[in-house]
Amino acid sequence: MSAAPATDTAPLLELRGVGKRYRMGETDVDALRGVDLAIARNEYVAFIGPSGSGKTTLMNIIGCLDRPSSGSYLLNGQRVADLDDNALARIRNREIGFVFQNFNLLGRADALHNVMQPLVYRGVKLRERRLMATAALADVGLGDRLDHRPNQLSGGQRQRVAIARALVGKPSILLADEPTGNLDSTTAREILAMFAALHRAGNTIILVTHDAEVAAHAERTVAIRDGQVISDTRHMAEDAAHGAAG
Amino acid sequence: MARLAEALRAAIGAIRAHLLRAALTVLGMVIGVAAVIAVVALLQGFGQSITQQFRNLGANGLVIMAYLPEKAALEGKTARITPDDLLAIRQRVAGVRDVVPLLPLAQFSATVRYGNRSSNTSVNGTTSGFPRNGARYPVQGRFVVAGDDTTRRPVAVIGQTLIKDLHLPADPEGHFIQLFGTWFKVVGVLNKVGSLVGLIDRDNLIYIPYTTAVSLGGTVTAPNIVIQLDVDNARAIKPVEARITAVLRRQHHLRPGEEDDFKIQSAAELTKALTRALDSASLILGAIVGISLLVGGVGIMNIMLVSVTERTREIGIHKSLGATRADILLQFLLEAVLLSLLGGLVGLALGYGIGKLVVHLVPAFAGAIVPGWTIALSLGFTAAVGLVFGITPAAKAAALDPIEALRYE
Ligand SMILES: Nc1ncnc2c1ncn2[C@@H]1O[C@H](COP(=O)(O)OP(=O)(O)OP(=O)(O)O)[C@@H](O)[C@H]1O
Ligand SMILES: [Mg+2]
Repeated sequence: MSAAPATDTAPLLELRGVGKRYRMGETDVDALRGVDLAIARNEYVAFIGPSGSGKTTLMNIIGCLDRPSSGSYLLNGQRVADLDDNALARIRNREIGFVFQNFNLLGRADALHNVMQPLVYRGVKLRERRLMATAALADVGLGDRLDHRPNQLSGGQRQRVAIARALVGKPSILLADEPTGNLDSTTAREILAMFAALHRAGNTIILVTHDAEVAAHAERTVAIRDGQVISDTRHMAEDAAHGAAG
Repeated sequence: MARLAEALRAAIGAIRAHLLRAALTVLGMVIGVAAVIAVVALLQGFGQSITQQFRNLGANGLVIMAYLPEKAALEGKTARITPDDLLAIRQRVAGVRDVVPLLPLAQFSATVRYGNRSSNTSVNGTTSGFPRNGARYPVQGRFVVAGDDTTRRPVAVIGQTLIKDLHLPADPEGHFIQLFGTWFKVVGVLNKVGSLVGLIDRDNLIYIPYTTAVSLGGTVTAPNIVIQLDVDNARAIKPVEARITAVLRRQHHLRPGEEDDFKIQSAAELTKALTRALDSASLILGAIVGISLLVGGVGIMNIMLVSVTERTREIGIHKSLGATRADILLQFLLEAVLLSLLGGLVGLALGYGIGKLVVHLVPAFAGAIVPGWTIALSLGFTAAVGLVFGITPAAKAAALDPIEALRYE
């Protein structure tokens, strides 16, 4: 097994020979080919790889949005393939915070309501939803943009709304697809500092990036190419908080 | 609960986001409901004014008149209620009072003259017991009294239309009018009761003493009269009717199995029959327009399907954030029902407005009444239409695969 030994005895999530094949008319496209990967609780992992290598596809499967065409995926020791729709919805709602590469914000809702939305499906009361979402937006530096709709925000601001939405419910796993892709270096550092803080607080973080510098903030880098894991290395996490200061 | 409130809020938001489209979508619904409400409101208003007028007959009143079944008429039989029948009822039926004859001499066809003016009117012979329940009473002079009847006096009590038509003085008491070639002294003027549904003038009539009318009829055979009476106890109406039937059948020598050659009507029954007829007419009309609501429902389904397609990505986002199938289903169902109900409510208001307008413009309609059951029925029906036609689009939305929905362009 190529995965590094997990700190915990049982990994939080485990992929065994996961493949994803898309049918494009006559030809098949293999976005993933036999990915074996185990990630333990409280790991901070960066997926790095060229465009089209299958990083987003992999994230979607890990986030229980998509199902593998072959192989198996175990989350908390449970086969995701065995879970029904409602169980998956519950996992997406409570366990996973997803920052999409293209943000996927609700166009008709303002920033505040975008961030409040996952809490709706958790049954949180309106007052509390508002407080939590306001705090999450303040954390990403958007405390003064609560009533702006996505089309009234800059690309970087949208990305921060997406991050606030992923974090508002305090998920145990944060999946972030290019979370700093549209941010200036200062804001990017702030966001990475937040991730580091979350990591210290015990959360599991997986982020996708093209940028080796961003990947250096994680403590493990998984390189992906043509739908396969080509390397999996552990390293000392560059402490983002200190990095920002110095 | 929080989820339901949120779904409702979101549904309202979605409708408000496309207000013009929503308005056009529910137009069919609005027109359908408005039509039902307007028609029912007018029918019910109409019914109530008629009921009001029948009530003047008195709740305990019975009217007995000759009536020939078609079969008997073909066999050349005739039917009549005679003064002998009146006597028989007076003597042999207990628990009744004010048994009075009414001899209709003419229905709007008698020529009445005063000076050089003439007019057509109805003439009825009756006795002093006739004006009952305060529905008709003299406002000037007096009604027919017993003495008029016993001495066959040529006196007349007239309705107020005749004062106007014949150019009688405002106080016509003591003036003479000519009827059937005989001079009658006006002894009283009746109160004004108005017209029946704006069509039949009930103030254009003359009452003369019954015996005077009989002699005017001048026929050898006994006259065909109408008998009116009051039953003492409202709950005894049925047994009294049975008793009268028995007496009259004997009077008319009807064999068992032969049909009655008379008919007994009660004011209460007439009113009931009428209201029932109007209610079923309302219901049938409602059902017909209900079909148009189904067409409105198809419109809603169509727009909801469009909406689901348009919002595929949005649905994907909601699913990625943890919305279950049930959440999405509820969301879109609520939207369809809300849309439909909106049409229902607007239609309700519009229909009521139309009813009011018609009442204002057409005097024959006394008033527009929207009974509670129509409101409940039309709102219930529109909600049901929204639910039924919303289920397919909502199920379609709920079944979307999250990742495919997110990728939808
Ligand atoms: N729905 C789909 N249908 C067909 N092919 C797909 C589909 N989704 C992804 N692919 C293919 O799978 C491969 C991997 O796509 P993926 O989005 O995972 O790449 P990525 O590593 O995230 O790239 P990027 O860095 O550009 O975001 C690509 O070659 C892409 O064309
Ligand atoms: Mg990608």
